[in-house]
Amino acid sequence: MSLLRVRGLAKRFGANQVLRGIDLDVEAGERIAILGASGSGKSTLLRCLNFMEMPDQGTVTLDGKAIGRNGKYRDGELIAVRQRVGMVFQQFNLFPHMTAIGNVMEGLRTVKRLPRQAAHARAEKELARVGLADKADTYPAHLSGGQKQRVAIARALAMDPELLLFDEPTSALDPELVGEVLTVIRALAEEGRTMLLVTHELGFAYHVATRVIFLADGAIHEQGTPDEVLKHPTKERTRAFIARHKEFSL
Amino acid sequence: MKWDFASVFANWDALLAGAAGTLRIFAICLVLGLSLGLVVGLGRYARHSWAYWPATSFVEFFRNTPVLVQILWFYFALPILAPFEISPLAAAALGISLNSAAFSAEIYRGGIQSIEPGQWDGARALGMSWAQAMRRIILPQALKRMTPALTNRAIEIFKMSTLASAVAYVELLQQGKLIASINYNPIEAYTAVAVIFFVFLWPLVQFTYLLERRLRRDE
Repeated sequence: MSLLRVRGLAKRFGANQVLRGIDLDVEAGERIAILGASGSGKSTLLRCLNFMEMPDQGTVTLDGKAIGRNGKYRDGELIAVRQRVGMVFQQFNLFPHMTAIGNVMEGLRTVKRLPRQAAHARAEKELARVGLADKADTYPAHLSGGQKQRVAIARALAMDPELLLFDEPTSALDPELVGEVLTVIRALAEEGRTMLLVTHELGFAYHVATRVIFLADGAIHEQGTPDEVLKHPTKERTRAFIARHKEFSL
Repeated sequence: MKWDFASVFANWDALLAGAAGTLRIFAICLVLGLSLGLVVGLGRYARHSWAYWPATSFVEFFRNTPVLVQILWFYFALPILAPFEISPLAAAALGISLNSAAFSAEIYRGGIQSIEPGQWDGARALGMSWAQAMRRIILPQALKRMTPALTNRAIEIFKMSTLASAVAYVELLQQGKLIASINYNPIEAYTAVAVIFFVFLWPLVQFTYLLERRLRRDE
């Protein structure tokens, strides 16, 4: 049984049909890179999977359990899904009024109701994992972009998600800070975590993903192994997209 | 003419009672006004119509009628419609609190709306409910931004307390009026009242500057 099963997912913003019937199965341990031009619906697809956006049509099934019924979702149900599906954002979305460790502890304390000491210990562990043990008491305003994103990753990891969604995690970073974030994500990949990653880093997708999906006009245009999609694309639009990414090097 | 403050000083006990009355009604209206304002402001922010419409009607009604009229209405009209007496303090506190709630509700709503949507995303992605996200993530940041506007509101409430004199509640202005009418010294009596207000409010305003500076520090 797939960890995540998506059928006929559609989403529209006003007159703009962003997603047109996405079918997708994610097996535990898969690492899927989602590529596509801006406006192709990559981020919206990701945001529909943890219901940051409500799909207009289609079903999302997590561990065999369908979420929502006839397009209606209960708050409690969505809260439960979001605890199992972690998300890392392009703009980090750290809480500026809390220190780094406060950010990581927040979900543990408020959502999982862990006692302070247990939450603190767990948060320290996650900060150490992303190499920021020494920044625990620093406020986000005093962290670099790369450090902020690593705190955001630690914050998501602390909730023990079964599936991690990365929404262009390095797109807002200065080029010299991209590497430190990708290193952290690669380490998570090596642990065998299940993840969906919207990215423009084709080289990273090639080396880390187990499957690559190319989106165009809100539909899956082409998908396959990184080698198939990135080195031997069969469709014209995929080829053109890859050719435009000149920085792509293997 | 000659200024003669001796007749004012002679009535220092009356002014003291007035100051106590002013502080009492200020404290009541500050707590009631700002806390009720938060509830109404959340109602204005909410998308559910059962919360939005009552909150919006409340704000529109109390923003568009004068506080003085509200106080007089509570004091003179309400007891005719309802089977109970209402004290001058209750009538004045009710008028000033409800009016302040309406104005501060708009401050709360604006402050909450000024928080970028990414903060909601970050909170919801962790599995927080609307109420948890509001309490832990949105309000603490919004309150910081609202501090200047809310402290202004507090100063307004302090000054609005003089309207309670319209229903003969014992506060500073009421006592000033009393002293002036007994001693025929309106210049000195009202000057004394103004000076006492200044002495109370000036440190309060300085304190709000200090507060604003401190709040900006960790940004």
